Amino acid sequence: MSATAVKTPERRSADKSGSTKRPARTIVRLVVLILLALAFISPLIFMVATSFKTRADATGIPPTWIPNPFTVQAYESILGATGTPVVQWFANSMVAAIANSVLVVITASLAAYPLARMSFKGKNLVFGSIVATLLIPPVILIIPNYLIVGGLNWLNTLVAVIIPTAASAFGVFFMRQFFLSLPIELEEAAVLDGTNRFQIFTKIVLPLAKPAMATLALLAFLTNWNDFLWPVYVLFSPEVQTLPAGLSTLQSANAVRYDLLMAGAVIASVPVLLLFVFLQRFIIEGVSRSGVKG
Amino acid sequence: MSASTTDVTASTGSVAAPPSGRAASGRDRRRAAKLDHAPWTPWLFLAPYLILFIAFVILPALLGLWISFHSWDYTLPLKPFVGLDNYASLFQPDSVNYDSFWTSMRATGIFTLFSVPLLLVIPLFVALLMNAKFPGRNFFRAVYFAPYVLGVAVVGVLWRYLLDNNIGLVNYYLGMLGLPSDTAWTTSVPAAWVALIGVTVWWTLGFNAVIYLAALQDIPVELYEAAKMDGATRTQQFWNVTIPGLRPILTFVTLITLIASANMFGQSYLMTQGGPNRQTRTAIYQITETGLRNFQMGDAAAMSYVLTVFLILLSVIVFWLFRERKEKKAKV
Repeated sequence: MSATAVKTPERRSADKSGSTKRPARTIVRLVVLILLALAFISPLIFMVATSFKTRADATGIPPTWIPNPFTVQAYESILGATGTPVVQWFANSMVAAIANSVLVVITASLAAYPLARMSFKGKNLVFGSIVATLLIPPVILIIPNYLIVGGLNWLNTLVAVIIPTAASAFGVFFMRQFFLSLPIELEEAAVLDGTNRFQIFTKIVLPLAKPAMATLALLAFLTNWNDFLWPVYVLFSPEVQTLPAGLSTLQSANAVRYDLLMAGAVIASVPVLLLFVFLQRFIIEGVSRSGVKG
Repeated sequence: MSASTTDVTASTGSVAAPPSGRAASGRDRRRAAKLDHAPWTPWLFLAPYLILFIAFVILPALLGLWISFHSWDYTLPLKPFVGLDNYASLFQPDSVNYDSFWTSMRATGIFTLFSVPLLLVIPLFVALLMNAKFPGRNFFRAVYFAPYVLGVAVVGVLWRYLLDNNIGLVNYYLGMLGLPSDTAWTTSVPAAWVALIGVTVWWTLGFNAVIYLAALQDIPVELYEAAKMDGATRTQQFWNVTIPGLRPILTFVTLITLIASANMFGQSYLMTQGGPNRQTRTAIYQITETGLRNFQMGDAAAMSYVLTVFLILLSVIVFWLFRERKEKKAKV
């Protein structure tokens, strides 16, 4: 009732200053958004198109959007090449990204719980140190971590891209923020039943935290799948490389074979694009929440 | 209560840890009788994370400093202590590393200087366009975000192709528009900078836009309504409602964009190979090539600390620029 009364002056002023209710404005907005969307989608479409072209067609002038003839030659060629084992790279990326995201979710959830729900000596020091590392540029860790990983005999093995990057300060923040948002009463009720803190964590808190854990797992998977600098330097043999490092190897081996390079790029894109299409709400909400947190 | 919380967040710009941390421990104390735990319980929870954290974050941060004080060649058995020599040589024009290091710092500087403003303004424009109810909004948001999901390797390899001097799509369409169609996007400067910055904007625009959009939706509608009642135009609403409402998030976005730009590596590695003449070889690229290809780790570690000092200074400047101006606020 009162809402409609308030609306009248609002609408009057809206006419003057413009609002989404004006169709012209909406149309202009949509035209701009569609043009922009084309600029974002068309390079990806061209990448997929080129991956189904012949070698000559891929470098033909004028460039064409529809492969003629349509061929899977490029895929056969890179999947069969021994110097650039794309299937192996794919498997390596999968194993590394899954193992890393599992590790991130487990360690971050465990660490975030006492930081959200327990009081103990040294808590501020631990939390402060984790905060501080968010402000430290990762560049200072590259050289010494190479030595540490070398000392552990992990160079040129997948472990090098799974374990050292698993200490996720962002993950701890993210989970702590989520735990703080849960009503504490459930945990208190459980304590009265004589449940210990670890059981409370696994039986009450974690089931409630499933959406947050899924989001964190997804973000960690994407980060690890796409990580480039570190794998390029710590994985030197083609057979242990992940896809991003492999793409770089593929590029050095086939500088102008754009048909092959685009086929490789498509193979590296498909899993993350599928994840994005089906789980984009989690990914985008995770990213926007990471901002709101700041 | 909520006002004071936002105040702390906005003025320090840091994560809202101090206030919420205090509130949490206060609550813990009150509940102590009910929710109790053994003194070592929290440490058991923390142990797995802390082991990784100490081994791969704390230890390397200190080890890096130690390495930078030594003539540390990975391939040589002796790594003699040289004090501050590695740092000094970065500031002596006649030393081996002087030119390559400062050329790479210049490259990082150029890239940061041009990419950060674009990555702050364009995504804000896109977020404002999306901040309304219209059909397909979530679809557009997903499309703009999609390149970010692909990662730098796919983006770099793809654009190296699209920007090819002879057969690339970009030069072809520029030619059709009557513009020069023979620009060497990846092998000449300043064209290479335009390419590297443009591709980076294409790649990460959606990330910042999504963060802006979430923040825009948090600005109370009542503020806009009140401004309209006072006869504020859309421009006035933008400067007096939208921008102040975005202030805390602007600090955050500026900071992460700055750090990401200053750490640019993959685009240059894949699209220009640091060329021509190492002019687009960024500081990170120079550090990793020095330390992990030529194995002069002492020099590389010193370089990374110098770069870090620059980054910390920049962060402090950002915090200072975005600090809450109390006097001004009081007048309004």
